[in-house]
Amino acid sequence: MRADRLVTMANDIGHFFNADADKSEAAKSVANHIKRYWDPRMRREIVAHYKEAGGAGLDPVARSAVALLATSN
Amino acid sequence: MYSKGYHDKGTPAADAPTNVTLEIDGQTVTVPDGTSIMRAAALADVNVPKLCATDTLKAFGSCRLCLVEIEGRRGFPASCTTLVADGLKVKTESPKLTQLRRNVMELYLSDHPADCGSTPASSRCELHEMAGKLGVTESRYRLDGKQHLQSAKDESNPYFTFDQSECIVCSRCVRACDDIQGTFALTIQGRGFSSKVSASQDEPFLASECVSCGACVESCPTGALSEKSLIQVGVPNKVTTTTCAYCGVGCSFNVESKDGEVVRMAPNRDGHANHGHACVKGRFAYGYATHDDRITSPMIRKSIDDPWEQVSWDVAINHAASEFRRIQAKYGRDSIGGITSSRCTNEETFLVQKLVRAAFGNNNVDTCARVCHSPTGYGLKNTIGESAGTQNFDSVMKADVIVVVGANPTEGHPVFSSQMKRRLRQGAKLIVIDPREIALVKTPHIEADYHLPLRPGTNVALFNSIAHVIVTEGLTKEQYVADRCEADSYTKWKAFVAEDRNAPENTAASTGVKPELVREAARMYATAGSGAIYYGLGVTEHSQGSTMVMCIANLAMATGNVGREGVGINPLRGQNNVQGSCDMGSFPHEFSGYRHVSDDATRALFEKDWGVPLLAEPGLRIPNMFEAALDGSFMGMYIQGEDPAQSDPDTHHVTAAFKAMECIVVQDLFLNETAKYAHVFLPGSSFLEKDGTFTNAERRVSRVRKVMEPKAGFQDWEVTMLLSNALGYPMHYRHPSEIMDEIARLTPTFSEFTYEKLDRAGSLQWPVTAEAPDGTPTMHVDHFVRGKGKFFVTEFVPTNERATRRYPLLLTTGRILSQYNVGAQTRRTKNSTWAAADVLEIHPHDAETRGIKTGDMVGLTSRSGEIVLPADVTDRVRPGVVYTTFHFPESGANVVTTENSDWATNCPEYKVTAVEIVKVNHPSEWQKRFHEFTEQQLRLLKGREATHA
Repeated sequence: MRADRLVTMANDIGHFFNADADKSEAAKSVANHIKRYWDPRMRREIVAHYKEAGGAGLDPVARSAVALLATSN
Repeated sequence: MYSKGYHDKGTPAADAPTNVTLEIDGQTVTVPDGTSIMRAAALADVNVPKLCATDTLKAFGSCRLCLVEIEGRRGFPASCTTLVADGLKVKTESPKLTQLRRNVMELYLSDHPADCGSTPASSRCELHEMAGKLGVTESRYRLDGKQHLQSAKDESNPYFTFDQSECIVCSRCVRACDDIQGTFALTIQGRGFSSKVSASQDEPFLASECVSCGACVESCPTGALSEKSLIQVGVPNKVTTTTCAYCGVGCSFNVESKDGEVVRMAPNRDGHANHGHACVKGRFAYGYATHDDRITSPMIRKSIDDPWEQVSWDVAINHAASEFRRIQAKYGRDSIGGITSSRCTNEETFLVQKLVRAAFGNNNVDTCARVCHSPTGYGLKNTIGESAGTQNFDSVMKADVIVVVGANPTEGHPVFSSQMKRRLRQGAKLIVIDPREIALVKTPHIEADYHLPLRPGTNVALFNSIAHVIVTEGLTKEQYVADRCEADSYTKWKAFVAEDRNAPENTAASTGVKPELVREAARMYATAGSGAIYYGLGVTEHSQGSTMVMCIANLAMATGNVGREGVGINPLRGQNNVQGSCDMGSFPHEFSGYRHVSDDATRALFEKDWGVPLLAEPGLRIPNMFEAALDGSFMGMYIQGEDPAQSDPDTHHVTAAFKAMECIVVQDLFLNETAKYAHVFLPGSSFLEKDGTFTNAERRVSRVRKVMEPKAGFQDWEVTMLLSNALGYPMHYRHPSEIMDEIARLTPTFSEFTYEKLDRAGSLQWPVTAEAPDGTPTMHVDHFVRGKGKFFVTEFVPTNERATRRYPLLLTTGRILSQYNVGAQTRRTKNSTWAAADVLEIHPHDAETRGIKTGDMVGLTSRSGEIVLPADVTDRVRPGVVYTTFHFPESGANVVTTENSDWATNCPEYKVTAVEIVKVNHPSEWQKRFHEFTEQQLRLLKGREATHA
């Protein structure tokens, strides 16, 4: 699936949870949302984008969230 | 004419808490205080003669047939306008009463056709019936005096006629148009003998303000206002009670049929959602079910460039199953999926998701609610704990202030709109929040107290500013919140909305709404008593759709407006079974009853019942399926009753995904836009051809009952069973009631639900449980379903789709009264008399600067594509905003919408697209290609040959 689309989707989720002052909690919320609602292949691909392309395009909270997914997988 | 077999009680029911006992013709009768004598008599099976009275309208007292005698009172009072009182002794029959009534009847008959009762239109003429009861067959006055018998018929309306010669000027039609529909299109013109029913300024019905709801036809006691279908088909011999298949109001109808052919759809006066009212779609636009375009034989083909081959059901089903298995063998288990339909029944959607999870072996199932109300599910589940509206429709009658945001009930939910308008005429306050001046803003006898015409895409900013006013001015209900909500979340939310940046004066730059309007509207919502919020797709179809649903929930909780009648959070669902399709587990991440697939206990319950292991991971959503198709990992789809090629955003993207797939199975009534990309076509059945249930916007589950045999031999749930069996996963239901038994077995909110109970009750609002065996009209009464209500901080994040120099206007989309969704049904009816094309609304300022006039062809370009539409220059839209509908495939409204979507659910951002418009004189390139492709596909359809495989 298109990495740029997945990046946009992850950033959009991040924008909502970014309201949390505790950014590590925000990242956990984003990771949890992705885990609950994204098909596994989408999760694999965003993690692959993080690992292979350094998560280019991901905002900080979304990047932290994908990092969490990368370590939990 | 009310529906065949209905016992009209003359006047509406009274709802007083105290009862009154009286005597009628020697019978002791006990009824609620405020009941008319006519109704009390009817309840005791004493039917007082009447003409101007009917139980959907307030008593009028004009016909003078319903006179009675009351012991100790002088004269002969009209029983319709005289209320019961304790100890009254009423006589409804006496020689004097008979004499009076017969004389009145002779006067009526003196100007009424002599053949009354012998034609289909007059077959149930109440005048004829009453004359018979009174034994009046001739009139002493039927001489050579003036009469109306030669008056011309008004046949302008495509669905009904007005024959003045049969009219008795009882005003039932006028009162129905005023009191029930609220359009005020009819009047009695002239005086005395010249009195006549007149539409608008004495215009033909079609040219008048009449919206063809049929309330006048329903209320007419004679054949004066009569359905053309009744005249054409003849007197019905069967009545079947079923539920409308159009919008989320879910009106109940008594379908009158003659030998399997529909004669008329009479709105059910006992219908709990509609109380005997209807609209131009539900009442009249059923002709699509028998339209020549129906495809009633299964078809297959190898590629979309091949002609269709007409085959037997066995061949089609086995071909589809073998193709799905071939694709899974080649690309993996997760390479196929399915889409359930909000136009199909609960039982059908339950079976499709079961087929995907149990027979396909994955969770790649989604529903068209993805593209409309999925943010409602997410937003309400997280804040108050249940993915559904909190009230019933009748609750609006107890609202003191009504907020309508991002919805246009007059067009989209007309029957509920009529009820809302009744409440507004009684004095409830109205706040409309919409970029357009929708009809409710100013309509006969109603004017919104506030209209906040915000810029598209700024809902969240506006609601944050409303919350700011309520919080900073101390208008919250602190005790309610303390008792019922999470304290921490409330504290955080209060601090957030109280920030100065959320003040109306500071959000005005984004929203475009005057700060004082916001402040006054906020105060009104918080302080005017019971506040009810009604919302539609103008809330959900945004990049912040879920955030906005949370904004609404935050506001309702903070002001104590959840948990009783007259208040609440009320999503107006677009299609008939949006609520139901979501309830039934159509989303890829959850089973029926909104339980996540990762929940081990829930999954174990389903695994035990279904006898197969189930996946704990969510599947693909519809837009994800299209993305996966384009990357080669999703190659087959089973689509029941949906048309994503027309309804989903960014048409180029969607059709490219369809072309990339190897097997698309479409089950539908017609060769819809998606079917043009399909490889297997399975004929669907209309709502008139099946049994099952629909669930409307108020969680009300109502029966759908078969009126005619399925034209292709199978109901839709039976086709899903065939496919499942061919895939090797057996399904053997004998009736949808058995599917519902399974739903009840597996879904806590339906635990006590049975068809038997439903048939007894007429309809039931879930939850139907041991604690609430008769259903739940109002939710969250003592506490929220999730326990404590949870507030969410709702930061405004502007959409990426912004007006620029290149695309300086914002396009927003919606619907109109006469057409429905993708138009597959209504375009194949006479509803196209009112709207035969999508048009583009443009503000006069924007039109003038571009040299555009009404009727000009306008090129509409976004970063996704270009289409051409006819212009309608109007100040219904604000400057900088243009508006269109998506009912006609050739318009291609979704060619220009983008891939932007709600952050939580991927619900598309239909409501905001940056565009530019320019006057043109030819169709767009996409439209030219569309016409060529359509012609090719119709050739391939017409060229189909039957085989005897």
